[in-house]
Amino acid sequence: MKTLVRTGRYLALLVLVCFFLMPVYALLITALKDPASVSVVRMWELPQSFSMENFRIVWPDLREGFVNSALLAVPASLVSAMLGAANGFVLSKWRFPGADFVFPLILFGMFIPYQAILIPMYRTMQSANLVGGLDGLIIVHIIYGLPITTLIFRSYFAGLSDEVIEAAKVDGAGMLRTFFHVALPIAPPAFAVALIWQFTSAWNDFLFGVLLTSREFWPITVALNNIAGGQTVPFNQAMASALLASVPTLLVYVLLGRFFMRGLMAGALKG
Amino acid sequence: MTQTSRSTSESGSGAAVVGRGTQPGPKASKVRRRLRAWGPGLLLVSPSLVLLGIFVYGFLGWNIRVSFTSWRGQTPVYDWVGTRNYSELFDNERFQIDVRNLAVFTFVFIGGSLLLGFVMAMLLEKGVRFEAFFRSVFLFPMAISFIATAIIWRWLLNNGSGESTAGLNKLFDNIGLGFLFSDWHKTPSSWAIAAIALPAGWALSGYVMALFLAGLRSVPEELREAARVDGAPERKVFWHVVRPMLLPVLMSAVVILAHISMKTFDLFYAIDQGNLRIDTPALYMWFTTFQPGFFARGATIATLLLFGIALVIVPYIWWSVRTERRK
Repeated sequence: MKTLVRTGRYLALLVLVCFFLMPVYALLITALKDPASVSVVRMWELPQSFSMENFRIVWPDLREGFVNSALLAVPASLVSAMLGAANGFVLSKWRFPGADFVFPLILFGMFIPYQAILIPMYRTMQSANLVGGLDGLIIVHIIYGLPITTLIFRSYFAGLSDEVIEAAKVDGAGMLRTFFHVALPIAPPAFAVALIWQFTSAWNDFLFGVLLTSREFWPITVALNNIAGGQTVPFNQAMASALLASVPTLLVYVLLGRFFMRGLMAGALKG
Repeated sequence: MTQTSRSTSESGSGAAVVGRGTQPGPKASKVRRRLRAWGPGLLLVSPSLVLLGIFVYGFLGWNIRVSFTSWRGQTPVYDWVGTRNYSELFDNERFQIDVRNLAVFTFVFIGGSLLLGFVMAMLLEKGVRFEAFFRSVFLFPMAISFIATAIIWRWLLNNGSGESTAGLNKLFDNIGLGFLFSDWHKTPSSWAIAAIALPAGWALSGYVMALFLAGLRSVPEELREAARVDGAPERKVFWHVVRPMLLPVLMSAVVILAHISMKTFDLFYAIDQGNLRIDTPALYMWFTTFQPGFFARGATIATLLLFGIALVIVPYIWWSVRTERRK
């Protein structure tokens, strides 16, 4: 009976693994097939020969988007994480009257439907001359990333004992000194969580990117949708593009999955 | 602060007597001391607070204001038409379809993801070999953009038939499950949008699993052990000990999924742009605002979305913050 249950459990897990990897299987084998032998009706059949030709075909169209997304996601995550660290420190260890009132208000910003700020944001960016290039998009990602980074650092610093802070105060350290010399040195794990979260969401964002950038500054998602989203695009090119566009975030996930997971928990307000 | 008001407010306290004179009173110095204590902190967060104040609350308010205008076209108009946009929207056929679609999608997507996520968490809970591998497989779609997800799935949800059968239908055919054939989101049925719950659930049920798994593992083993000692069978241990402790997790998962289902735009957009059977308010807002320039109508839809999401999110935040304070 016990072995039966155990076998059943592994069998069920195996079925689930197949469900989750089935799209990846189709993606991989199609992208690696020789373009001449690709056909939608034979999408599940293993390739006769491997070829990198599909990647070679789509890369020139994706390269710019790739560069743009990197130029955008890196500063957006760095600045957002730095500001979030400062906010999180103050809201957990250097509270001001009303800090408990302000924090939920900040959190709400994480859940708003972006449709509800799209028109004013677009108008504001337009009058500030920030539509078209990457600058505006970076600013927007920094600002709308603040709630989650603040939350991540606030939960993290909450674990820092008050005695350490008091000791620093007794030694005459001000807030900035305490922040830089006591809090920041222990913060790398929180930075990893915040940076990964921000990098992933900036890389994967579509709505802000499509609204705020013109063609030459399109982030990867917009470029990808443009290349692979049409009805007339060859199946193999669509798959190769989708794969290439996902490589950076998948790499982050594989290498730093632990921190990715913690970001997800924070995103559900479960620090 | 004047001398009189200070002495009245502090009458009876010894400090007031000491503080009388030319030097600032103890209350003033207390205020200054406190200001010195928390002032720098407030100063450090104020740029973020100002930015969020403008970009979140200012813009939300501005958007609501736009929903009461007749703004159409590239030049903003800030007149006042009352609730006309709202009543027009409620009579708008496309919007009615969108709301119905959203309800169908939310129902199928949340139900499916909860079920799948819960089953995966239960399978992994007791500890299986290669647990880390299984967890990574179930969760990796979270790392992929909705655009890439949509591009893969639009080929899987192919409704070609006969010679041109492809995608999932072809797979069903190959493994002898031909009865599962479906036209997916292209079916004329008003349930077409339910097909999109498949890629959406693929993307997010791993998240639900992670939440449940964390919840299951936070149940102290002693509690279960105590119930077992009392002779409760495993089934009853789960029902009476574990289940009540999973309720908060269930609530988190529902709130997170519900708000995602209301605001998601790119997944639908990239799977089948312009297919009205998978249209939702979030898409309608985009198309009506930025193509023909119906800014007022777009703002109205967005305002309704905001209230829909606030309805689930505000109590959730309130509850989370209160739980945290009690700890």
